Amino acid sequence: MNPPSSSAPAETSRPEHLASLASEPEIHPSGLPVHRRLTDLDPVAARRAERQVAALFALSALGTVIFLVGYVAFPLGQGTKDPASLVWSNRLLGGGLALSLFCLGAGAIHWARKLMPVEELVEERHPLHSSAAQRAGLVEQLAASGESTGFTRRKLIKRALLPAAGLLALPPLVLLRDLGPLPGRVLRETLWAAGVRVHSDVTNQPLRPEDIPIGGMVPAIPANLKDVPTENGAQLNARAKAALLLVRMEPRQIVSQQGAQWDYQGILAFSKICTHVGCPLGLYEQQTHKMMCPCHQSTFNLADSAKVVFGPAKRHLPQLPLTVDAEGYLVAAAGFAEPVGPSFWERGGA
Amino acid sequence: MTSLPARRRHPLAAALVVLVGLLLTGGAYAALAPAQAAAPTAAQTQALADGKRLFLANCASCHGLSGQGGSFGGGAYAPSLIGVGAAAVDFQVGTGRMPLAAPGVQARRGPVIFTDQEIAALSAYVASLGPGPAIPDQAALNYQGANLQEGGELFRTNCSQCHNFSGRGGALTDGKFAPSLQGVSPKHIYEAMITGPQSMPVFADTTLTPEQKQAIIKYLKTTQAEPNVGGLGLGRLGPVTEGLAGWIIGIGALIAVAVWIGAKTT
Repeated sequence: MNPPSSSAPAETSRPEHLASLASEPEIHPSGLPVHRRLTDLDPVAARRAERQVAALFALSALGTVIFLVGYVAFPLGQGTKDPASLVWSNRLLGGGLALSLFCLGAGAIHWARKLMPVEELVEERHPLHSSAAQRAGLVEQLAASGESTGFTRRKLIKRALLPAAGLLALPPLVLLRDLGPLPGRVLRETLWAAGVRVHSDVTNQPLRPEDIPIGGMVPAIPANLKDVPTENGAQLNARAKAALLLVRMEPRQIVSQQGAQWDYQGILAFSKICTHVGCPLGLYEQQTHKMMCPCHQSTFNLADSAKVVFGPAKRHLPQLPLTVDAEGYLVAAAGFAEPVGPSFWERGGA
Repeated sequence: MTSLPARRRHPLAAALVVLVGLLLTGGAYAALAPAQAAAPTAAQTQALADGKRLFLANCASCHGLSGQGGSFGGGAYAPSLIGVGAAAVDFQVGTGRMPLAAPGVQARRGPVIFTDQEIAALSAYVASLGPGPAIPDQAALNYQGANLQEGGELFRTNCSQCHNFSGRGGALTDGKFAPSLQGVSPKHIYEAMITGPQSMPVFADTTLTPEQKQAIIKYLKTTQAEPNVGGLGLGRLGPVTEGLAGWIIGIGALIAVAVWIGAKTT
């Protein structure tokens, strides 16, 4: 765009060391143009890069000093009661070490990219397959070794070796048995049975129907849970299977139930364990009567037999029939009619 | 004159004994009866009148002239306020959820447009429509002596499914959500538990005693006052934000550095 007369003085005013940039590119013996960086050609740029690398290393040293100061100034361990001290300790230890390590690495890379010598190589890719002679040689060698060892000739050895090697596949299969005994009835039974009182979770108090307001939700456990031994997590396993959610709604709002009159004056009891993969449920909307699972958003309509209305679950939440005992406390009228929790191989049923 | 023992056989004696007994009982009741049973004071009458005036001006367009509720097109409805109690009004109006500007999926916390006096008058008026939970008094809200550990257990069992372990809230179905409990006053937390606003279930005093409610409030207030000792809390929402930060910022930075290392130098 510029007139030639104006470009000529610009050309001559360019520093001498940059003149080579404009000249014809140097050619490498491989036939490719030689790559030259600005720092290879311009000593000013090289010195600038040198200073940048030095600055990164200095920053790295500063980060290490910050780490050490943080370690001394904000002690950890016993005797540290002040949470603010812990906050600053974490910030300075983590931040200092991050600055130190990052700047050390970044300085090294910057150094290599800008100042260390560059050697460009061209390496042609060789064909993937072996040569025809090599392949023919291998086939020949295999045939010869089969002949010389007598493998092809001595049929008895061949017939003995093949079954022996084949039998070796069985031990790993037999060892699968050590994965444990079959679950048996464990997955089908919970602590709930006819007459077992319903206790509120955490506080472990028996519940009366009048304790639960319309629109209320109470996480519950069976009263006989405390009799289960705590060894080997047996009580935790029993709790995980028997966990229950009680909700109360107006009896006229109940569309359907899994059994006739399984509610008690609008109080319904469902397993708290999601039938998808067994997360504990609890996101209950008291106006829509929807119960959602926090893991994968399976949603059950508790007013309509706890049917799945959304999400990956394939099966309704098992309902526990409720009644009251002679003293007026809520009890289970029977155990769960079906296994609670996610599906398993031998579960059967729809 | 015949003696007193002889007169107790008189036909009127029994009637006299009953009369004296009734007089004594009535007199004792008049002397000892609680003050609330007395006729409302002028201030209470004034508050009820103010409350009714405020109700008619601000609430009746949806909830009806006598608080009976109403329904509108598209499934939108205003619930009946008869029997919701003073606590429900104090919560809904005191947190700015009501009056609602327009029907939506869920009323949100917002600026409070009434003064404390006006809220008290509205609460008193709605409470007069039918019996319901009252506003908790100062003694019920004093959580200093509550059991923090029990509060944590109760919160994780009853509340954390929706409100998150640290009370930051979470999503429900169809666009509804459990709000964050950050900065909510103890009174409003307490009122929400006893009234069950919107999607929230009711946690009555029969299943969570006042002491247990105080323990839950203490747990919330304690965890919210804790500093983020691990550095950035990322909203303390849990694995979602942490995973997002790890994948986008962490892996993004690694990719950027890898590109920088491999780029051709100039």
